[in-house]
Amino acid sequence: MSDSEKAGATQANGAWPLWEIFIRSRQGLDHKHVGSLHAADAQMAIENARDVYTRRMEGISIWVVESKYIHASNPTEAGALYDPADDKAYRHPTFYQLPEELKHM
Amino acid sequence: MSKAFVSYLLSLADNTLILGHRNSEWCGHGPILEQDIAITNMALDCIGQARNFYQYAAQLMGNHTTEDSLAYLRDVTEFTNCLLVELPNGDWAKTVLRHFLFSTFQYYVYQQLKNSNDTLLAAIAEKGFKEITYHVRWSSEWVIRLGDGTEESKDRVLQALDAVWSYTGELFQPADFELQAQQEGWGADLLLVKRNWDEKIKAVFEEATLPMPPTAWMHAGGKQGKHTEHLGFILAEMQFLQRAYPNSEW
Amino acid sequence: MTPENLFEDKIAKEIKIEPRDWMPEKYRQTLIRQISQHAHSEIVGMLPEGNWITRAPSLRRKVILLAKVQDEAGHGLYLYSAAETLGISRDEMYDQLHSGKAKYSSIFNYPTLSWADIGAIGWLVDGAAIMNQVPLCRSSFGPYARAMVRICKEESFHQRQGFEILLTLCRGTEAQRKMAQDAINRWWWPSIMMFGPKDDESPNTIQSMRWKIKRFSNDELRQKFVDVCAEQIKTLGLTIPDENLKWNEATQHYDFGAIDWNEFWQVVQGNGPCNKERLQARKKAWEAGAWVREAANAYAEKRKARESTQAA
Repeated sequence: MSDSEKAGATQANGAWPLWEIFIRSRQGLDHKHVGSLHAADAQMAIENARDVYTRRMEGISIWVVESKYIHASNPTEAGALYDPADDKAYRHPTFYQLPEELKHM
Repeated sequence: MSKAFVSYLLSLADNTLILGHRNSEWCGHGPILEQDIAITNMALDCIGQARNFYQYAAQLMGNHTTEDSLAYLRDVTEFTNCLLVELPNGDWAKTVLRHFLFSTFQYYVYQQLKNSNDTLLAAIAEKGFKEITYHVRWSSEWVIRLGDGTEESKDRVLQALDAVWSYTGELFQPADFELQAQQEGWGADLLLVKRNWDEKIKAVFEEATLPMPPTAWMHAGGKQGKHTEHLGFILAEMQFLQRAYPNSEW
Repeated sequence: MTPENLFEDKIAKEIKIEPRDWMPEKYRQTLIRQISQHAHSEIVGMLPEGNWITRAPSLRRKVILLAKVQDEAGHGLYLYSAAETLGISRDEMYDQLHSGKAKYSSIFNYPTLSWADIGAIGWLVDGAAIMNQVPLCRSSFGPYARAMVRICKEESFHQRQGFEILLTLCRGTEAQRKMAQDAINRWWWPSIMMFGPKDDESPNTIQSMRWKIKRFSNDELRQKFVDVCAEQIKTLGLTIPDENLKWNEATQHYDFGAIDWNEFWQVVQGNGPCNKERLQARKKAWEAGAWVREAANAYAEKRKARESTQAA
């Protein structure tokens, strides 16, 4: 079983593998995860994604990744991973007091 | 516009409507959800193209003709689609193989129609060409996949090939309106289409490890309104409401 | 905080639960049951309407119906994907459907007899479904909520096209008006049954609401639906087949007649008019597709092997 977002949908024998689909909705934007689907190979996954996830002009570019190759962080380690960023207020521009006339710096 | 031009439009329309009808029969019954959606997209494209051709023809015919009177109120002998598109779907192999053979034909026809000296027809073809480009890609991949897949899938494509191949000759036998189409510059040159088609089919069959069937007897008649028995059943189903409740709005 | 407290805390604070978060086993099972049931309903639901694709009375209606039924396939797919994040495969869910272990919405076990049924399904069945589904966009389970947002967005044209079909029929000939009324007569009661058993007979409701999988009770949603339809039918100039349907000034709601729960349970248990056909059609499609799926896998394997030899 992989440690992907899929908590362990072990695919039955003979089932087409599961793919995660990422779509760029328009030029200039990041690809965004939109869901998953089944396909026998990468090319078919792209075409299936085109048919399933862009029926209403939702996208102009598609990425597909076989789900088993996605590695995800463990939610039980969320504290150790993300909390330390909490007290680094000095990374944010609002941390700094500047005179009124320099407001737009 | 000439009568031949209208006949030409109607045959383009009938081909795509009937093929769309066949593909639409898969909706809800496909081999896997993703491909159910894919083949329904093909059906939607086909019927959409048919509507464009019918609407154009209706406009030229006048006399209260509409896309629906053309699709729903003509009888079998007035339809001029090729026999290939009216054959029953059979299994997935027959469906995708037929779609490949026909959409490759359409691809090269539309490619020429994009340069038709009739600008409206050229515009319709331009839009359809993009859709058909995808149909050829999708269906050729399936032919390759099945041909070079398992023993069973290969066997099934071979059977499908046996069932449909003798209906491909008709595509290239020009009807009178098609000869005029080519001479007057608004339609496609079927000889050229045939050359391109042969090449593409050969290339895909090779990759699919399928033999090129020998040139043998070919069926024809669709373009003259002489159809297989199947078309009557398609129309009986398709036209039922319009026939049972005449002069109604839907 | 224990994982259990953390989970409860997230639910209380309306923070979504994501697939890899700890969750009570019962929460997982409830979701799998509900989401897969919902997915099955979408794909079985393709069948009664799919019946009319080849018979749609105009080319415009034909493409609309095709696109709609195709959307339902898409919705089934989004939902199966959401359920797969919980550790069950689509094939397992199919097995449950095909063996009769998993249920789907009973409404799809009724037959579509006339073109007006397509209108009635759009207006009533999709209407009821939307009323059920909109609150699910806020479901506590992230993938389910996200799938529902997408579905609701796409679903909005479904009800409108149904109402438009009925409206066109009502403005048409006498035969068409009759056709429309007949369809509403047949679909009304099954539609209001779609919200499920009465609250005091719905064993899963309380826990599901506590976990914020569900936001409103069956009876609340049913009442809302009746109130809306009782008004909308006026535009059609038809009647809802319930002589007890009337406005209640005191409750500010419509009162309505007693539901035949015996019929409901009979259909749930497999005795509806089309239960066997529907399941048979799904099984047939799946089994007839086995060799296709196998071939695609075999070809993908061959190609992969060829590519790696070329690379070596």
